[in-house]
Amino acid sequence: MSKKSKNLEPNTGWDFDPAPEKVPVEIKAQYDLFIDGKWVKATSKKFFNTINPATEEKLSEISEASEKDVDLAVKAAAKAFGSWSKLPGKERAKYIYRIARILQERAREFAVLETMDGGKPIRESRDVDVPLAAAHFFYHAGWADKLEYAFPGLKPKPIGVAGQIIPWNFPLLMAAWKIAPAIACGNTVVLKPAETTSLTALRLAEVFEEAGLPPGVVNIITGAGSTGAALVNHPGIQKIAFTGSTEVGKVIRRSVAGSGKKLTLELGGKAANIVFEDAAIDQAVEGIVNGIYFNQGHVCCAGSRLFVQESVREEVLQKLKFRMRSLILGDPLDKNTDVGAINSAEQLKTIQHYLSLGKKEGLEMYQNAGGTPKKGFWCQPTLFEDVAQSSVIAQEEIFGPVLAIQTFRTIDEVIQKANNTPYGLSAGVWTDKGSKIFNLTSELKAGVVWANTYNKFDPTSPFGGYKESGFGREGGIHGLAAYLNLEG
Amino acid sequence: MSRLEVAKTYKLYIGGKFPRTESGRTYQLKGPKGENIANLCQASRKDFRESVIPARKAQASWASKTAYNRSQVLYRLAEMLEGRKAQFVDELKQSGFSLLEAKKEVEDSLECLVHYAGWADKYQQIFSSVNPVASSHFNFSVCEPSGVVVATAPLSNPLHGLCFLVSVCLAGGNSLIVLASEKTPHVAISFAEVVHTSDVPGGLVNILTGFEDELVEHFASHMDVNAVIYARNNSKVSQKMELASADNMKRYFNWSDLEGKIKYSPYFIRDLQEVKTTWHPIERISSSGSGY
Repeated sequence: MSKKSKNLEPNTGWDFDPAPEKVPVEIKAQYDLFIDGKWVKATSKKFFNTINPATEEKLSEISEASEKDVDLAVKAAAKAFGSWSKLPGKERAKYIYRIARILQERAREFAVLETMDGGKPIRESRDVDVPLAAAHFFYHAGWADKLEYAFPGLKPKPIGVAGQIIPWNFPLLMAAWKIAPAIACGNTVVLKPAETTSLTALRLAEVFEEAGLPPGVVNIITGAGSTGAALVNHPGIQKIAFTGSTEVGKVIRRSVAGSGKKLTLELGGKAANIVFEDAAIDQAVEGIVNGIYFNQGHVCCAGSRLFVQESVREEVLQKLKFRMRSLILGDPLDKNTDVGAINSAEQLKTIQHYLSLGKKEGLEMYQNAGGTPKKGFWCQPTLFEDVAQSSVIAQEEIFGPVLAIQTFRTIDEVIQKANNTPYGLSAGVWTDKGSKIFNLTSELKAGVVWANTYNKFDPTSPFGGYKESGFGREGGIHGLAAYLNLEG
Repeated sequence: MSRLEVAKTYKLYIGGKFPRTESGRTYQLKGPKGENIANLCQASRKDFRESVIPARKAQASWASKTAYNRSQVLYRLAEMLEGRKAQFVDELKQSGFSLLEAKKEVEDSLECLVHYAGWADKYQQIFSSVNPVASSHFNFSVCEPSGVVVATAPLSNPLHGLCFLVSVCLAGGNSLIVLASEKTPHVAISFAEVVHTSDVPGGLVNILTGFEDELVEHFASHMDVNAVIYARNNSKVSQKMELASADNMKRYFNWSDLEGKIKYSPYFIRDLQEVKTTWHPIERISSSGSGY
């Protein structure tokens, strides 16, 4: 590469000054459980540490809820259900509107906390996670007194106590996705955040207090897998909503079978992002980057399998690598950061395991140069070229910033390859031809299809998968069905 | 001298053909007084697996047909059944239905087919939506058929229950493999003849006769089946099926309310649909929606 063109190369010699987000956020040394509107000590008396994955510094101690604590939370929710479900919808709505407003007011505080606890760039927590979380409460608030219009011919009734288990990739946003429709429909909730990212869910409990939400309507219990299992198996739960891995989803489904509990599952994915030769290539490259490197690839709907039409392979790869090199990896609290920290040491290990498998298969790997900070968990944006359909890199969900690139010649071929996966959560299509878009979007077996865009979310837009990506939808009019008994 | 009747051999209906069970097993179907009505095929796991293959093939092309066409094929089923009412009344009477009950069963079946023929091009508008997202995108959600559906038909309405399952699946663009009522299975095989002559593509509807104990777990654990329905009221069997459904996350529905009372609702079609949401940017020069 000539000296002149090197100057055009991103991230060489034009370093940005640090621009850390400075809003101070108070974090308590220890967090109790939020049950029946009160902060109560876990009966287990056990705590576990939550750390900042970008620095490995301990942020706080989180209570580990035992089976007994789960029982208390479910009982509190069951008690609250009586009055909450009978409250006129318009009154429930006003509580939920309040929650949305307070979240908007305290948005920056939530964004900073989310970034510290989870490692995602402040740009994303500030512009995506927190505003969308508030929007979810605002949207669902309005449904509370309009439910009978959503299902023509049926009488919608709340179900009861909803047990909700959420993952660590969008901690606050997933809490909002779960809680907002549940309480708008008149249910009460026991929610368990993921053990590495409890802080924003616990702070959300503070928002509920501030909004004056009646005690027991939402209970937040913290812990790991055994706490989640106790919640799933509790006989006082009428509805379970889980977002996480397909593996755990299957375990939950088996343990719920025959119990009569209603279940919705939002599980893994291995989305195809398909670029045709007639696509606007520059925009497609942006979409590829956003599809796989957004939130360090910790996204169930990430566009982790890129299918490029052979005729534009060189151009796409060259532009993609160029764009990758402009991504800034580093301090998640810095406003210029594009790629933050991997959520946990464990997840980093999983990603590295896949990278070594890919290399062992003899795949061509491209990774951004430049080191990573000494402390914390990091993975540079990575891609594998010319991946075979049978490769583990193309088959399994990695949940990290790792892109598997495959090529294709014909439409039929790419449809077949794209659908050749047990998953079916999302897909992307890039082409300038409308009829081709509609052909593809109707053939792809996926619950969400982004055409000439990627990774867009909205509370009005139903989200959820086909096949082993789970069942049920979250968001929009379709998402309400998960939280109602619909009587004929 | 009275004429000797020609007795009918009842076989299975798989892939648009009427094969005997590969297992060679049969069982005697008895009338209310213990008399022999016929020898029925006792379908095996392999028969079931053989029927998934044509069901998968037929489903894709059925789903791509226009809703208008699907509607007409369902209506055609009713036309064919109407013409053979007497045969079905006779067969139901063999199984102990009174003349009045038998007539009602056949008439209800006809109503059911006509009712759902009408839904085939209407449920989409009821269950789809355009979603007002807060960005510069056009966003809509539509229904798509789940795919291959396997069902155990209710025991008590051998024809009406079967027609209900066929109607609900076909109206929604799915294919069906159905285990006929164990009490009155020969009626289901005669209905297969109606299906066979009604422009229903071969393999779209497959009808098995046999015993649920040996088949339901295979129904629920088959990796190329998208949804299973249990329309009888044994909660233990239901749990077994739900459990086995987890292997490939197939959709499971316990429609036990149908046992004894068939009721119509487009929400049965809705159960066998996936919701797909599509996003596309809208070009608006002044908006900020073009960012990624």
